[in-house]
Amino acid sequence: MAIVYFVGVSAMAADYKIGSLEIMAPWSRATPQGAAAAIGYMTIKNNGTTPDRLIGGSVEFAKDFQLHSMTMEGGVAKMRALDGIDIAPGQTIELKPGGSHVMFVGLKHPLKESEHVKGTLVFEHAGTVQIEYDVEGIGAQSGPHDMDHMQMEH
Amino acid sequence: MAVLIVAGIMFTQFGHSTVPAPASIGGPFQLIDQDGHAVTDRTFAGKPSVIFFGYTSCPDICPTTLADLTNWLKALGPTANKLNVLFITIDPQRDTPAHLREYLSSFDPRIRGLTGTNEQIAAVAKEYRVYYKRIEEEDGNYTMDHSGAVYLMDRAGHFVAPLSSQTPDGVAIERLRSLAAS
Repeated sequence: MAIVYFVGVSAMAADYKIGSLEIMAPWSRATPQGAAAAIGYMTIKNNGTTPDRLIGGSVEFAKDFQLHSMTMEGGVAKMRALDGIDIAPGQTIELKPGGSHVMFVGLKHPLKESEHVKGTLVFEHAGTVQIEYDVEGIGAQSGPHDMDHMQMEH
Repeated sequence: MAVLIVAGIMFTQFGHSTVPAPASIGGPFQLIDQDGHAVTDRTFAGKPSVIFFGYTSCPDICPTTLADLTNWLKALGPTANKLNVLFITIDPQRDTPAHLREYLSSFDPRIRGLTGTNEQIAAVAKEYRVYYKRIEEEDGNYTMDHSGAVYLMDRAGHFVAPLSSQTPDGVAIERLRSLAAS
């Protein structure tokens, strides 16, 4: 039964490719009423032989796109702006809750659970790629498709 | 005992030169609620309290912790009516009463938002040993460093234990249930 479920989910997984980069399962969270900011997570894999760097992007539903690190130090949450996120050859980076993420500031409208929202990512070498974020629940701690990449490795 | 150790670690890492006893968390405050009314610690006296410090422009641990609280309160059902559940902003400049009310409408209605003047927020944060700091960003925006813990306080206003997003749901619900019964 579990296998059937994961295969079913895999069919819907949103993965994107540009150059030798693979962007897997971008997702965001529904936002509370009046929230100023939303967040984005994803996994990025560099299948190439040269380093690349995520340097920016955009979304249709917000004014600004930012890259952030996030750390918990002694129970204190600290968020800092990043100029870019490096992805070495062969490396897979995970943007996930409690860690580095993309942030959308100046929301034009709230994000609602189970909708899909469009955006772009800009890489230093690979260029610009269009992606879509799956919007999860307001308290979601993982995207729905995290499991399928293990299932999908060929 | 485990609680004492956890709290001790938190304070050591906040950089205090002395480690206060958990009993010293909490104290009197004067704030403004989400309906614009002046409130004090005495407004909430007589019920145990669940207190979370955060801010609404926070995209990660604040909404997810409020969502966790919403799930935990739902699991408790009417028992949760025996608790004050307070979200105190550490970003009063952006988090006005009206904005808090709008934002919290997405969560359990028993979660009440509190804001205040910069001085009032600084005072309540000090009473609760909550660290926060405004971090400027180059585009004119700012983010806030802040303690992520949820504080459980008994009806006399004494600190009982912390909760966080890392607390398993079952543990959190049982701690809240026993707090409500205390």
